[in-house]
Amino acid sequence: MSTNNPDKPEETTRVPVLRPGYTFGSITDKIAAIALGRKTPIGWLIGFSLSFGVAMMLFYSIGVLLLKGIGIWGNNNPVGWAFDIINFVWWIGIGHAGTLISAILLLFRQQWRTSINRFAEAMTLFAVACAGVYPALHTGRPWLDYWLFPYPNTMGIWPNFRSPLIWDVFAVSTYATVSALFWFVGLVPDLATLRDRAKNRTAKIIYGMLALGWRGSARHWHRYETAYLLLAGLSTPLVLSVHTVVSFDFAVGIVPGWHATIFPPYFVAGAIYAGFAMVLTISIPLRKFYNLQDFITMRHIRNMAKIMLATGLIVAYGYMMEAFMAWYSGNEYERFMIYNRMTGPYWWSYWSLILCNVITPQFLWARKVRHSTTALFLISLVVGVGMWLERFVIIVVSLHRDFLPSSWAMYAPTRYDWMMFIGTLGLFSALMFLFIRFLPVISIFEMRTLLPESKVKEEA
Amino acid sequence: MQIFHASTNTIAKLSIFGGLFLVVGLLFLIVGIQRSSYVTQAGVAREQPIQFSHQHHVGGIGIDCRYCHTSVETAASAGIPPTKTCMNCHSQIWLSSPYLEPVRDSWKTNKPLQWNRVHDLPDFVYFNHSIHVAKGVGCSTCHGRVDRMPLMWQSASLQMEWCLECHRNPEKFIRPKSEVFTMEWPPNTTESAQTREEARVQNVPEQGMTQAPAKPDWDAKKGWHQDVDGKRLVEEYKILKPNVLTSCSTCHR
Repeated sequence: MSTNNPDKPEETTRVPVLRPGYTFGSITDKIAAIALGRKTPIGWLIGFSLSFGVAMMLFYSIGVLLLKGIGIWGNNNPVGWAFDIINFVWWIGIGHAGTLISAILLLFRQQWRTSINRFAEAMTLFAVACAGVYPALHTGRPWLDYWLFPYPNTMGIWPNFRSPLIWDVFAVSTYATVSALFWFVGLVPDLATLRDRAKNRTAKIIYGMLALGWRGSARHWHRYETAYLLLAGLSTPLVLSVHTVVSFDFAVGIVPGWHATIFPPYFVAGAIYAGFAMVLTISIPLRKFYNLQDFITMRHIRNMAKIMLATGLIVAYGYMMEAFMAWYSGNEYERFMIYNRMTGPYWWSYWSLILCNVITPQFLWARKVRHSTTALFLISLVVGVGMWLERFVIIVVSLHRDFLPSSWAMYAPTRYDWMMFIGTLGLFSALMFLFIRFLPVISIFEMRTLLPESKVKEEA
Repeated sequence: MQIFHASTNTIAKLSIFGGLFLVVGLLFLIVGIQRSSYVTQAGVAREQPIQFSHQHHVGGIGIDCRYCHTSVETAASAGIPPTKTCMNCHSQIWLSSPYLEPVRDSWKTNKPLQWNRVHDLPDFVYFNHSIHVAKGVGCSTCHGRVDRMPLMWQSASLQMEWCLECHRNPEKFIRPKSEVFTMEWPPNTTESAQTREEARVQNVPEQGMTQAPAKPDWDAKKGWHQDVDGKRLVEEYKILKPNVLTSCSTCHR
């Protein structure tokens, strides 16, 4: 790989964001072929059926839950929140990388976002969908969930606006709406490309409807750019606000282990950390199976590894501060909390968390590791597990030893807890498989702008 | 080749507006239906085993509410009269009326009449008549003009927002304790109030159901002014502050 860009001779650009030798046509051909190809790859069929089957486990356990109630879960007193909220926070966090890539990196004009933003945004949407399942069901009577919204009800009362749980309802629903809009608006020009290239009449009609009559006129592009920039502006604060509000669910409570001012930044960093781990987990196999190494280059992979390292260090700082504050505050409950995390009945969860989230990412300091997709894939899986453990430690381990020793209890997930969690993993990957098969995984028109030919010569 | 007809543009634009209006309209419809008498049964006369007319007994004859609903001042439930109460009069009058056949049957067989309940609050609400009566909430405030109901119906929705309307602002609904069992309230004119006040003072000893207050809580000559007198009575009757009255556990225990 040689340096083709004379403007930026720095070391970081040694690998360009798009391998040279492509033309407008060949980029379009290559990406559109994945969605429009007549033959479905056998690997796709196997992967999709497998994840769809696993997703059925989720729907089965939701069915049982609706019939029997949340007693099928392992939640108890005092561990009133367990897998439901752990998985909710985990999934919501994963979505954050998508928004960061698509909005913040766009505003900072980071060209390398172009080939990963589309599927990262899809990942955001699907992760939010998986996350949304939990708070909706954990209310116990999900058919009354509309009570969460302030509407003119006959009870004459509003939801408790002083509760962070209601802020969460707004944070997450806003996040889902803006992410969906952002993703769809970005898709419109590419949907038009697919419409024009589709051979099959049904495909033409479906892509045509979704393309909203896009013809690629100058006026269309002008409006598109404006809308996209506005949505990017709307999404940017969401990257920070959504997980901040999620952290308030805990930080506003007075449970030792929750009641900490560091929670918002520490949660946001953790969310981006987990999110980039997920983007890597998806992009490494994706580029391999669909031969997209020319578009998702090692430069992308390396950059994501660096972001993971940086956010991993922030998260490590958060863990350190929790331990420090427990000692420095001189509060016996706080001190007991951290002591109990390290040596209590769930000691293994705390130390596995440190191993996964603090020690493992240190390998990313090595250039060799950042250049090896296998190593990165493994590290991102470990980080995903670590971020799940972080929520387990915060939620279950804080709750199982609360202020009253007489109410102390242990928590163990039931088979429905596991089925639901694994089921959401299945739902997520099933949706991801569908997305890869039917929509352009990489933004075609944005990739074309990376070609030198697309640069308009400035007038003299 | 064109996939879509030219009209698709118009249809697409229309469907955006149509969808929006549909959603908003549907929301209004739902909110409306939830408060309609179809759901609340307010204003819908209930069939009863006997066509008992409150209009006739209260409005026409002038029987006091407490003659039949005896426990309203002392218990949670106002009470449904036993057949004996009916027979107090109907062993003397309307002896052969076919309408009253079920009453006489009940009297003979000693089997109580099965009335159809009109005001049925959900079981998770702890409602107590006696405290409301004791603090100056009139019968007609909640039950409407029973003296004008040939068959009984609910006059209020009995929805929580309706309860809270008063629990949040009791001064807007409160009346003198002496007027709790008055049907026409607030008095339309000063004169009608005065005449009624005189009639009440004269009637009370004969009814003997309750003691008339030594001094009425309002001056009938000046008339009733809810904005001033309501506030005064809330103070005087030591009605609790709205934060207590609207606390969840006040009604849901």
